Amino acid sequence: MSLKSCLESLRVEALAFARRPLVREGARDAVPMAIGIAAWGIVAGVAMAKSGMGVPLAIFMSVITYAGSAQIAALPLIAADAPMWVVWATTLCVSLRFMAFSFHYRPYFAHLPRGQRVALSFLMGDTNFALFVRRFAEPAPGCKHEEYFLGSALMTFGVWQGSLTLGIVAGHGIPASWGLGFAGSMALLALTCTQLRSPSTWVAAVVAACAAVAAYALPLKLNIVVAIAAAVAVGVMADHARPARRGTKP
Amino acid sequence: MSALEIFITSLGMAAITLSCRASFLLSKEDLPMPRWLREGLRYAPTAALAAVVAPELVLTQGHLIHTWQDARIFGALAGLAFYAWRRSLFGTIVCGTGVMLALRFQLGW
Repeated sequence: MSLKSCLESLRVEALAFARRPLVREGARDAVPMAIGIAAWGIVAGVAMAKSGMGVPLAIFMSVITYAGSAQIAALPLIAADAPMWVVWATTLCVSLRFMAFSFHYRPYFAHLPRGQRVALSFLMGDTNFALFVRRFAEPAPGCKHEEYFLGSALMTFGVWQGSLTLGIVAGHGIPASWGLGFAGSMALLALTCTQLRSPSTWVAAVVAACAAVAAYALPLKLNIVVAIAAAVAVGVMADHARPARRGTKP
Repeated sequence: MSALEIFITSLGMAAITLSCRASFLLSKEDLPMPRWLREGLRYAPTAALAAVVAPELVLTQGHLIHTWQDARIFGALAGLAFYAWRRSLFGTIVCGTGVMLALRFQLGW
């Protein structure tokens, strides 16, 4: 009886949460991205199945890590019996971009208790970051940003874990020639476009893209770190060059 | 790797990704950081997205594609054109993937 009433109150709370306007808006905004996330989730799942780690471990890894690019980068290393520190170092290089996201979310989530901030950060991803920044270019005072974040993040989380599990279980039935992963790349490309709001962000994106391709041969996925560093450096120089140029004009 | 090793590796990966994600949200106080870095970090998320997607579009097995008959390039261009036209995320994904699949299966690129 007590368990039943506990479940009932949980259900009521969840329903009330799902009815909040910002939660709904976040979830609705994430729906168009679902096709890209689902395609990518299936691809990642198939890759995990083919690495031979077994279904339970594959699901365990993806639920607790929840980082598609880190998992895809780690798989060939695990399959090749690489030392554990190499897998971890690669994970770190791929995940460093989350620190940039974290830095951006700071002013939006600063009023929340630390436990909630950490819980929210577990759900951070490329998709909901781009959607969030598109929706809230600046923190709005009194606005519950975390509700929008949770709406889009939980939608993304559900679609990702569901499609990944499908990929892990269906594994070998899905041929690589379908190019499903391309839908995921197109989703990322579309998200990158939403970020291009000023000439200097254009420059940063182009510099990062070129640097990531040029430095691709580096081990441990360091090419992403190199690309971010290059783009930040060029961005800072562009910011400083502009006032100087204006200053020289008569 | 043995199952136990994969288990431990997964735990480590989870700890690493979560600490990166939580990094700047852990402390209430602003971290001491030079102003140029604070401003420069504004470009980091855009750069990260571009850095993850670019190699997937123009590299095959780590080598730059050496033929213009690559379905991915035209798929990506079609997606970009659609985004410029309609600003729709869903349309960009469907249009880009559709063009890529059409070229791959019709022309064998």
